[in-house]
Amino acid sequence: MIAATLQNIGGWALGLFENLGRASIFFARIIAAIPHALTRPRLIIKEVYSIGVLSLTIIVVSGLFVGMVLGLQGYITLVDFGAEESLGVVVAMTLVRELGPVVTALLFAGRAGSALAAEIGLMKATEQLSSMEMMAVDPIKRIITPRFIGGFISVPLLTAIFTAVGILGGRFVGVGLLGIDEGSYWSQMQANVDLVDDVANGMIKGVVFAIACVWIALYKGYDAMPTAEGISLATTHTVVNSALAVLGLDFILTALMFGNL
Amino acid sequence: MPVLCGNYIEKLHSLRAGYKRRINIVESIVQIRDLHFTRGTHKIFNGISLDIRAGQVTAFMGPSGTGKTTLLKLIGGQLHPQQGTVQVFGEDIHNVGQNTLYAVRKQMGMLFQSGALLTDLNVFENVAFPLREHTQLPEQIMRDLVLLKLEAVGLRGARKLMPSQLSGGMARRVALARAIVLDPSMIMYDEPFTGLDPITKGTIVTLIKELNESMGLTSVIVSHDVDETLSIADYIYVISEGEIVESGTSADLSTSSSEWMQQFLQGLPDGPVPFHYPSDNFKEDLLVGR
Repeated sequence: MIAATLQNIGGWALGLFENLGRASIFFARIIAAIPHALTRPRLIIKEVYSIGVLSLTIIVVSGLFVGMVLGLQGYITLVDFGAEESLGVVVAMTLVRELGPVVTALLFAGRAGSALAAEIGLMKATEQLSSMEMMAVDPIKRIITPRFIGGFISVPLLTAIFTAVGILGGRFVGVGLLGIDEGSYWSQMQANVDLVDDVANGMIKGVVFAIACVWIALYKGYDAMPTAEGISLATTHTVVNSALAVLGLDFILTALMFGNL
Repeated sequence: MPVLCGNYIEKLHSLRAGYKRRINIVESIVQIRDLHFTRGTHKIFNGISLDIRAGQVTAFMGPSGTGKTTLLKLIGGQLHPQQGTVQVFGEDIHNVGQNTLYAVRKQMGMLFQSGALLTDLNVFENVAFPLREHTQLPEQIMRDLVLLKLEAVGLRGARKLMPSQLSGGMARRVALARAIVLDPSMIMYDEPFTGLDPITKGTIVTLIKELNESMGLTSVIVSHDVDETLSIADYIYVISEGEIVESGTSADLSTSSSEWMQQFLQGLPDGPVPFHYPSDNFKEDLLVGR
């Protein structure tokens, strides 16, 4: 009984490390292929469009509602202390430091990450990747790396858009509906949000989450079993693993940037 | 300009085909020696050795699941054997760097069973894909080359269609045009006749035969369609249970005294390969629990 349990744990650990090893080699191959991919900007622009531009709707709508909720919740709390004029800072800090990068990455994983995994998995199942290899075309260079760069460019930009729209949503509720002074909303934000400590760190989070989400999505698709079930599992794992990776990395980055740990 | 260019390319093809026919008639393009390949616990090949001669149509036949497609992937360097060597164009395909491997692959085309067309590109762009990846040809010459290859497979008029708009046979013909667009020396066909209607099957048979002759190609066909394969193959290897059980010309196989061979060629349901999966006595099985 104990031996069987230990054997199962050992098997699971071996599988985990084998998977991590394969994912790391896959990542190294992508990095090595970046110079080649940069010589074909058209492929990258196409991916920025399909990964980034087509994600704009969900990012803008979500950003607006998250900002509006923040504005309302912030006002309800701040008004008890007579500090409702600070609403702009609360909304901006929350979005720039935390919710902007995290929620954008989670939405990206759900919308574009799952689509990437399914697309690559289906290309594998229909032998499109094999046929490229037989045509002496490396799929990592031609298919995977342009998508990686597309995601790397798109996610930080989507994060910036999410944050900006969220701040406007907070302004709509705070200034437009609840009657806070507009000058206070913007001036307190301007005075207290630091370009390096807050905005730059938020964007660094966006970049790190972009790498994690796109890497996971591409690897899961590339490593998928070439069956309908395999593709289904790949998309599910992409969303679950990306969400866990984003939340875990967020804690580590927050601790390093703001936590003085 | 397009007409001049087309004439020039046709002339080039003709010269090249004649040249290849003269120098390669007996040369082995692929040499497989003592090949062992295991997948999981299942042994697929148990020390097979064979040669594929230049200029010939060589076929691999055998029941489903005997590893015919696996053999093509081993020749193409997509799978690695546990033991043995596969020499393609003089290179040990499993012991070369990526650059050499890709240089060898540029000399071979492969027709996948499904066609494996890139679904986000139309027919023209699918055929142009290898040219765009490997050459810097001007757009006009590239267009002429693609149209030449599409004309050869009878689908020049379908150049704007997307893969989802093609029938199975059309998809395979487009894939064939793509496989020959770089003028390879060898083409591998993975189950080219499976799932096709008789007319399309006949078209593919004719195309394989004509392309082999007109372009001076070497063709390797994996199939279990007996009539079509015997009609075009110069030499046939029959594979079963990891070994080559028969080899020879169509005539040699047709007159083989092997019961197994005759069962396979005539498609008999019972014989040396039994109809029933191994099981206990049927009568005893029915009486269990009574």
